[in-house]
Amino acid sequence: MKNETLYQYILCIADNSLILGQRLGELCGHGPSLETDIAITNIALDLIGQTRSYYQYAARLIDEEKTEDDIAFLRLEREYKNVLLVEQPNTHFGYVMARQFLFDVYHLMFLEKLQYSKDDQLVAVAKKGIKEVSYHKRFSSDWVKRLGDGTEESRQKMQEAVDDLWRFTNELFLMTDAEKTMAANGIGVDIAQLKEEYYKEVSDVLKEATLTVPENTYFTKGGKEGIHTEHMGYILSELQYMQRTYPNMTW
Amino acid sequence: MSENEVKNLEAIFEARIARDEKIEPKDWMPEKYRQTHIRQISQHAHSEIVGMLPEGNWITRAPSLRRKAALLAKVQDEAGHGLYLYSACETLGISRDELYEQLHSGKAKYSSIFNYPTVTWADMGAIGWLVDGAAIINQVPLCNTSFGPYARAMVRVCKEESFHQRQGYEIMLTLCNGTQEQKEMAQDALNRWWWPSLMMLGPTDDASVHTEQSMKWKLKRKTNDELRQQFIDQTVPQADLLGLTIPDPDLKFNEETGHYDFGPIDWDEFWQVVKGHGPCNKERMNARVNAWEEGAWVRDAAMAYAEKQTAKKVAKAS
Repeated sequence: MKNETLYQYILCIADNSLILGQRLGELCGHGPSLETDIAITNIALDLIGQTRSYYQYAARLIDEEKTEDDIAFLRLEREYKNVLLVEQPNTHFGYVMARQFLFDVYHLMFLEKLQYSKDDQLVAVAKKGIKEVSYHKRFSSDWVKRLGDGTEESRQKMQEAVDDLWRFTNELFLMTDAEKTMAANGIGVDIAQLKEEYYKEVSDVLKEATLTVPENTYFTKGGKEGIHTEHMGYILSELQYMQRTYPNMTW
Repeated sequence: MSENEVKNLEAIFEARIARDEKIEPKDWMPEKYRQTHIRQISQHAHSEIVGMLPEGNWITRAPSLRRKAALLAKVQDEAGHGLYLYSACETLGISRDELYEQLHSGKAKYSSIFNYPTVTWADMGAIGWLVDGAAIINQVPLCNTSFGPYARAMVRVCKEESFHQRQGYEIMLTLCNGTQEQKEMAQDALNRWWWPSLMMLGPTDDASVHTEQSMKWKLKRKTNDELRQQFIDQTVPQADLLGLTIPDPDLKFNEETGHYDFGPIDWDEFWQVVKGHGPCNKERMNARVNAWEEGAWVRDAAMAYAEKQTAKKVAKAS
């Protein structure tokens, strides 16, 4: 392989988009209104589009013969490097929006730094992604506010979702060896530096939504090292179903 | 208004339609015209929304990232079609909530084809190729229908449907150029979707209750049987190109008429599905009703939030 570390670094970024896009894809046709259905499908589409750009680049790094689909569909669970947050289930619309919001705030900050990478390919993907993710963040923050400051029932549901998902947020800022190396080379982003600003921004929105900012300091982690929650195997069994059942075919 | 005055208005109205003028929402229209349009446009909108479900079923299992993205985009287009069609329908004085209520109670119908299950990936190809193909044949004439909002919505819908059809055909072509298993998958999908696609163009002319009036109002330009013949004539050569066999032993080109003759359609099956006893009627309706009921708290929250925001603005201004 030409650049194993860069390859691993790209997986850390792209797997988040793939798995979150996959989760959102489950909702298609089942949303609370036609407008939210359209918006959520659109976000899924953006995320899958970003995933393709990253994987196409990654495929070129490992082997001329490999494709984006080999990377997307033919890895073992331990080889997926997404954070645990994005694999959490669509328990109810409050969870869907809380998960989205907690990821989008990070995602936009991340891409805004990645656009100054020394790697031209990553710069191009980041620049395109910034436009898309700015919209995602606006959509999810608006819903956090609506649900938080809506009815008593919606406030409770939104609070429950935020409280439950909060433990997955710290993992966003833990750096793998590949991330540390890439940040040191000026290719990757020093994400640990984003943490303070992230919690400030998230807290501001939660407060505006009349929600309580969780105070727990116990955080869970593992996804970035390939140790996932129990949900991941089921996600992959759907994601990989066709490629595993009918190997080596063109679709 | 006196009876004579109404008759006079009706005569003017019919003359406008005969001159190919568009009828707009604020124009006077006979009550029957309004009701017929509410029925047809909402049935069309419901078909788009229910139609998202059989295809949505394969988004998480699409075999490649390119196909996943294309399928997401397609299902999103269908939601968009539903949105403009509901909006067009609302101009006739009915709300989207009332239309949903009619769908959920079973009062309003949707295209019965969406009550068939999508059991393999090839079904995504067959639906695009056959179901969207039949839909286009039904819908292209509607771009010139008399009711302005419907006609304008249909222009955009038809453009997107035609793209979907090509995409579906391309899925089939890829399968047919693939392995033996893939070809069998494609043939199996054609076998299952062929007859329901023919039924989709509606009952035979002698059993169709709305045809005459709809022709007059340009809601229909050709009869169901004419549309069906057009669909068959167009589709058989496409199947030949794929190397697939249409599951009809009676299908044969008739040199005299210049059309394909075809075998009998099982109308008992059609009516059974229309009456709610198809393979997935219950699942489709449950999915729609659940989405609506489980989303109630979200819609309530959005309303409550909007009211609070308005109250805040008013308080600030005063």
